Amino acid sequence: MMLTRKDYPSIGETLWTGTLPNGLRLRIVPKPGFATRYAVLAADYGGAHRRFTLDGQSVDTPAGVAHYLEHKMFDLPNGDNALNILSANGADPNAFTSSGMTAYYFACTEGFEENLRMLLHFVTTPYFTPETVQKEQGIIAQEIQMGEDSPGNAVFYNLLGQLYENHPVRDKVAGTVESIAEITDRVLYDCHRAFYAPSNLCLCVEGDVDPQRVLEIALDELPGELLPVPEADFGPPESPEPSLRVRREQMAVSAPQFIIGAKVPQAGSGPEFLRQQLVSQLALRLLVGYSSPFYNRLYEQGVLNRDFDYEVYFTAGTGTLLIEGESPDPMAVLAALEQEVARVCREGFDPTRFERAKRASMGARLRGLEDFDNVCVSLAAGVFEGYDALESLQELDSVTARECLDFVRENLAPERLAISIVEPKGATE
Amino acid sequence: MERTRSEILPGVWLSHLRSDKFKTACLSLNLLTQLKRETAAMNALIPYVLRRGTTAYGDMEALSARMDELYGTAIEPVVRRIGEIQCLGFYASVPEGEFLPGKKDVLRPAVELLGQMLLSPNTRGGLLLPQYVDSEREKLLEMIRSRINEKRGYALFRCVEEMCCYEDFAVSRLGGEAEAEAINYKKLTRQYRSLLQTCPIEIFYCGRESVKKVTAVLRDALVTLPRGEIDYEIGTDLRMNALEDQPRFVKEEMDVTQAKLVIGWRLGDCMEDPDQAALNVFNCVFGSGSTSKLFLNVREKLQLCYYAGSLVDTQKGLMLVSSGIEQEQFEPARDEIFAQLEAMRRGEISDEELQSAKAGVASDLRGLMDSQGELEGFTLSQTLAGLDYGPMELASLVEDVTKEDVVGIAESVDCDLIYLLCPNGEGEEEEDNDADA
Repeated sequence: MMLTRKDYPSIGETLWTGTLPNGLRLRIVPKPGFATRYAVLAADYGGAHRRFTLDGQSVDTPAGVAHYLEHKMFDLPNGDNALNILSANGADPNAFTSSGMTAYYFACTEGFEENLRMLLHFVTTPYFTPETVQKEQGIIAQEIQMGEDSPGNAVFYNLLGQLYENHPVRDKVAGTVESIAEITDRVLYDCHRAFYAPSNLCLCVEGDVDPQRVLEIALDELPGELLPVPEADFGPPESPEPSLRVRREQMAVSAPQFIIGAKVPQAGSGPEFLRQQLVSQLALRLLVGYSSPFYNRLYEQGVLNRDFDYEVYFTAGTGTLLIEGESPDPMAVLAALEQEVARVCREGFDPTRFERAKRASMGARLRGLEDFDNVCVSLAAGVFEGYDALESLQELDSVTARECLDFVRENLAPERLAISIVEPKGATE
Repeated sequence: MERTRSEILPGVWLSHLRSDKFKTACLSLNLLTQLKRETAAMNALIPYVLRRGTTAYGDMEALSARMDELYGTAIEPVVRRIGEIQCLGFYASVPEGEFLPGKKDVLRPAVELLGQMLLSPNTRGGLLLPQYVDSEREKLLEMIRSRINEKRGYALFRCVEEMCCYEDFAVSRLGGEAEAEAINYKKLTRQYRSLLQTCPIEIFYCGRESVKKVTAVLRDALVTLPRGEIDYEIGTDLRMNALEDQPRFVKEEMDVTQAKLVIGWRLGDCMEDPDQAALNVFNCVFGSGSTSKLFLNVREKLQLCYYAGSLVDTQKGLMLVSSGIEQEQFEPARDEIFAQLEAMRRGEISDEELQSAKAGVASDLRGLMDSQGELEGFTLSQTLAGLDYGPMELASLVEDVTKEDVVGIAESVDCDLIYLLCPNGEGEEEEDNDADA
């Protein structure tokens, strides 16, 4: 069992890559001189993987099951809790569930090998009883309620509902108080068996570690069998247009919050998909970024403020354009965006601005490399989609203005856009 | 990492940390001034107005374009409150030349730009442009008002505001709404000029360049900095005890689903000679992280909430516990939080609890050396507290913390105020939520 080394001289990084006989994909980025050692064990399984086939049977699970499973994975058969064991050992452990991924991770400065063993052990050791599953309902219900008071959550999920008619990405990852009431220990065992085989997991480690030792520990701690993983059924294909253009909701907020969104169909997988991500981010930087005429004009007019951001969010086979912020008049932002898209489609991007934006994007990506969490989770996402996230900077170099323009033309036509708004309750103060 | 601190210009101090393990360098520049209600909003506004344009780069678009040109150098306003000192200025993140095509040095042009933003804003007749001031004042007001959008943070803010209602600490880092509304470009220009002359300035750098080079670059960029008599008389007033014999209770209603409970304590006599290491360990045993008493009991055992955590402010001498709960669980949650503190006072802290808290705190401190942003915050905070040791030294002090130290702090804290943010119309039908829209 060998690991392969790959160097990235321009960014000063090295990556060790390997696949275990049980199918686990391993990625290690050694960082001499750093005290922090970080490991994430990620499953290619998230809130959207609700329908799948197991043992020839079609299974349909309640909304929120991946997240519920994440909460319950920390329970160990002997009554211990992995979160407590890791914390007691000085590690800082946690987990998250998105629509497309469940990830368990820790950062530590001491006792790395012991902590890594515990991480690998608990994620592959399901232990649920009706009592322990029941017990978690109150905690998760409070987590769901906390989300209900979040304008950010409301404006985001309302938008997904406008854009997606069938794809389960439209449902909240944590589910609802009602849907999680249907979750039993049996459901959790089924989902674990289906999606937590090592062949559906990826281990990414960053820090001052010996790659060979990481490999040995992974071989030692994980089940040896190579198991197939079910294909999730995300429903029928989606139409390119949103089903509802404008949606408003009222909440206790100081000013209207908005997201302008559109579906961005994922460009296959592998390096092509990585390139699509780079192109879309650069295109949006050019179109609406902080140095764009669009943003600066609206900022000066008082229509936008510093609370403004943009991205294409790719998860569970979907890509969603998100241009979000706070504005006294979100519909004016949408109108201005449509005008700007029309202008750019006519005139193209200014070559000087394009080169500058590319430089800025390079700097931003270099900055992103400082963050272990970001590096490891991006590597894992790349593993599941068949590309190498550390190639981003090199790949970015060859992105052209033409590609960015095509991205805008293909994805930001007026009929593709929807807007979700959360506005203050009743009359403004 | 080599760490030095030196005065590079009158009242301008550079904390320099040489490290070649990062891809970007970090440089922050902070003007320090006493936090006061009358001036806080004005002070907070200044860096945002300066970010609008300089004499060379007249508007925000030109400034941002210049930063793009410098490979995405980011120089952004930062306004903080550390104890009762308001710190305002800029935080710059600059890619290291090593990783740029042709190994370009962008530190010097980036620091030049920072100097221009601080010292050569776009003015007319020597005054900050009224349209920039008016526009940023409105945006500051939006930021102040937007506090209600995030309920957990809002509840923490309100607890402190009520608890410290007779102290300057009640003023937020951004100042008050009424004071912000009264700002105009003439008043703001006066305040800006006065701050430049009188504020001590703390600069933090972490990156590959030597202290000699960074000092030279900074001196060149700040050569026109006007200095008068530096006001070093800034600091934080400590209040050791609660305001009243019994904790005060403040309840507020809002259109929310989940109630937020925040309880505030004075750290008490232990602040006479604060032991940072012990305070951190105490906080970890009580309410920070998944081995803490609050997590294990309020959340895991009684399942009263998704989160219940504590934080200590060692500058102002406060402890805050915050939790999101069902409103009916207010009393059980409050009682359990107090019960856990009582247990600590009785010395009910197991060796494992103490050990894991110490390991967690020490590990966090050592890990801080890997994050420039955290190092920056830590260093500024230490400087303001008059402490000269770094995270590694503090981590080793943590090893020596005893159970008695922790119990001593538990005994010292004094509950001052209980704050509850709860859903509208307590006791009414919950379904009827259209009536007040």
